[in-house]
Amino acid sequence: MGLPMAAEVQARAPLTPVTHRVVGRRDETADVVTLLLEATDGSRLRYSAGQFNMLYAYAVGEVAISISANPVDDGPIAHTVRNVGTVSRALCGLHPGDSLGLRGPFGSDWGLDSAAGGDLVIVAGGIGLAPLRSVITQVISQRQRFGDVEIVIGTRTPEELAFKDEVSAWRERDDLSVHVTVDRATPGWRGTVGVVTTVLPRIHCDPAGVALICGPEVMMRFTALALLERGMQAAKIRVSMERNMQCAVAQCGHCQLGSVFVCADGPVLTWERVEPLLSVRQL
Amino acid sequence: MNALADELTAHRFFARMDAAHLEVLTGCGRNVVIRAGTSIIREGEPADSFWAIRAGRVALGVTVPGREMPTLGTLHAGDVLGWAWLFPPYRWHFDADALDDVHAVVFDAVCLRGKCEADPALGFDLAKRVAGVLGERLHAARIRLLDLYGPSDGG
Amino acid sequence: MAVASGTTMTLDVEGLDALIANLRGRGYTVIAPSVRDGSIGYEAVTSAAQLPRGVGDEQGPAHYRLRDRGDDARFGFATAPASWKRHLYPPATTLWRAHRDREGMLVFEETQAPPPRYAFLGVRACELAAILIQDRVFATSAHPDPTYAARRRDLFIIAVQCGSPSGVCFCTSMGTGPRSTEGFDLALTELLDSAEPSYVVEIGTPAGQEVMAGIAAQTATDRDRAAATAVTDQASKRMGREMDTRDLPALLHRNLEHPRWGDVAARCLSCGNCTNACPTCFCSDDIELEAADGESTSRVREWASCFSREFSYIHGGTVRQTTRSRYRQWMTHKLGTWWEQFGTSGCVGCGRCIAWCPVGIDITEEAAAIRATDGTRADAKR
Repeated sequence: MGLPMAAEVQARAPLTPVTHRVVGRRDETADVVTLLLEATDGSRLRYSAGQFNMLYAYAVGEVAISISANPVDDGPIAHTVRNVGTVSRALCGLHPGDSLGLRGPFGSDWGLDSAAGGDLVIVAGGIGLAPLRSVITQVISQRQRFGDVEIVIGTRTPEELAFKDEVSAWRERDDLSVHVTVDRATPGWRGTVGVVTTVLPRIHCDPAGVALICGPEVMMRFTALALLERGMQAAKIRVSMERNMQCAVAQCGHCQLGSVFVCADGPVLTWERVEPLLSVRQL
Repeated sequence: MNALADELTAHRFFARMDAAHLEVLTGCGRNVVIRAGTSIIREGEPADSFWAIRAGRVALGVTVPGREMPTLGTLHAGDVLGWAWLFPPYRWHFDADALDDVHAVVFDAVCLRGKCEADPALGFDLAKRVAGVLGERLHAARIRLLDLYGPSDGG
Repeated sequence: MAVASGTTMTLDVEGLDALIANLRGRGYTVIAPSVRDGSIGYEAVTSAAQLPRGVGDEQGPAHYRLRDRGDDARFGFATAPASWKRHLYPPATTLWRAHRDREGMLVFEETQAPPPRYAFLGVRACELAAILIQDRVFATSAHPDPTYAARRRDLFIIAVQCGSPSGVCFCTSMGTGPRSTEGFDLALTELLDSAEPSYVVEIGTPAGQEVMAGIAAQTATDRDRAAATAVTDQASKRMGREMDTRDLPALLHRNLEHPRWGDVAARCLSCGNCTNACPTCFCSDDIELEAADGESTSRVREWASCFSREFSYIHGGTVRQTTRSRYRQWMTHKLGTWWEQFGTSGCVGCGRCIAWCPVGIDITEEAAAIRATDGTRADAKR
């Protein structure tokens, strides 16, 4: 028999892209670009920190890109793209006036509401700072909702730090504790040198707090372990996972990690849920 | 417990060390302030001291003639500086400079090694702690080799 | 399970023809089994004459043959290599098209053609279960797929209660057959106890009732109903295989490093035939298809398989690099993690993966082997 359905399935969105225009562009580093996007039909996306959109470059394809903007702000929505493949390279080549397609927002968010009232530890590795910028800017604009906020940013070299001006501004604030560390210093760098895990023993860490981690999977694993050693709980450590994403609606099957659809159950997942999955090779 | 031992119990390296052992060790140590910019350790020189950093930052590096070398690593409050003092031939492997004014407890290495030989239990505890520091630094160094934030994340 | 009374009719073979004609008259394209290229496909038919008369099948690991039954049964076979899946979830679908307008702005158009109105004639219980499973992926999920939903909404389903299970069937183990009890508009049970086949027709919906009202049919007698019940009862006893489903998801979950995965990997060609034949497999690729003149481009969704090497590619490399990990993914998903995702097993016990595997890998045997040596770990981590 035909399937009874409550409502007609009308528009394909979020399966069909919505035309967006690039209204601003910032070259963060040699291979990282932030694009500011606006829908040409005047509509505005509602999203939460941690979610992503599928950005489409004409005749090239789609790729999942984290929203790096503050969800509380109005205005064009920032997406930070790293040039690592065919589609991202095409997106990094866009300039103000160019158009692209956008589908979304998709995925789980960082869960800031559930962290309100307590301490936050935010650890970003490399391009992982992009999806965390979204939550950091929101935290700053709602600072009184949270307790102590410790931010640890790991980058390859001082030049490769994204959002340099903003990070400097964050470091000036006395309501945030910001630690920037580089894997490789350049001559003249007078800041911390070492992987993020070497900074973690020194930060203020309330075992009852919430931790948000984003970066390469190896870095997230070691960071989560270090925070567990500091007494934090696996259920309150959240990581942002990445897998092959195509449909972004849990129908193409590519992003599965065990029973998890990273596009829909994630990308933000608790360490409690993810750790057993990551401990199986090639799951 | 003497005042120095009291201060050291708060230092990460000496966490949960036996109080009696701590007292013995402080016999080799004293508080010191190293001004910013001071060269603390030079590669190749005798490794005759061991520092427990209480405040300020130390930059580790190597010297290459004619080139300004980048810092290889930084040490902070709660870290220790120097491990070559425990292993023959007792010579430093790296340079270390004070980035800020550094407040530390400096231990005389000959004195420390003497206390370790005299009391194997103390020696074993200290050796384990130093081994732990080496392990952490080796692990961190290996991760850096992966160049995780590089073009192909490796993750 | 007995045939429900009160809503049962009987039809003869002419009645089958009338049923097809009636449905076509209402604008349905009737898809039914017919013999094609030495196997049975599900294609559009115009009359009951196209049904596989007197055709049966013999199936085993890596083995599928049609055979002559020596009677006039129209539904005397088990599962076909094809499944109904391709008519609800086509192997290739254009999702949308894009082009640039005069100012160079991208314009996106949805490309929904009017959906075909299908009537499926001859859906086995396992196949109906598979459709209900795919509904959870495509129709009742958070973002229903418009192509699937449109075809599914008006789908008219005539189930066939199974009387001829094959050597690879294990629907009874999976709780999906051989009898359908819900989800159909009409369900037929073919009776072969007289000169000509007759059909006991269960009416499942008002739509089914309405179609039957336009056909000459008789009310079923108790004897008819008992005969229909007997058909599936005896089919239940002749299953080709068994799957022990006790605690199966947990069993697989705790045996992800079992050496059996290495054993099966040594045999598996990673060819993906199983995923192609499986009526519940749903994975797809989204690909870009630019028009030859460069004036427009289409986004096309194509069937894909988790067995392909690049299926789990992320920048930096492929997550599942070995056949071992890909076979493990397929089987633990089908029998295990599917439960957490969709609330049912992904397997309906149709056995297509067994028959159509070129090397005859048998999912029931693999599950049994792991169960028999539950907890064994492979020596070397691969």
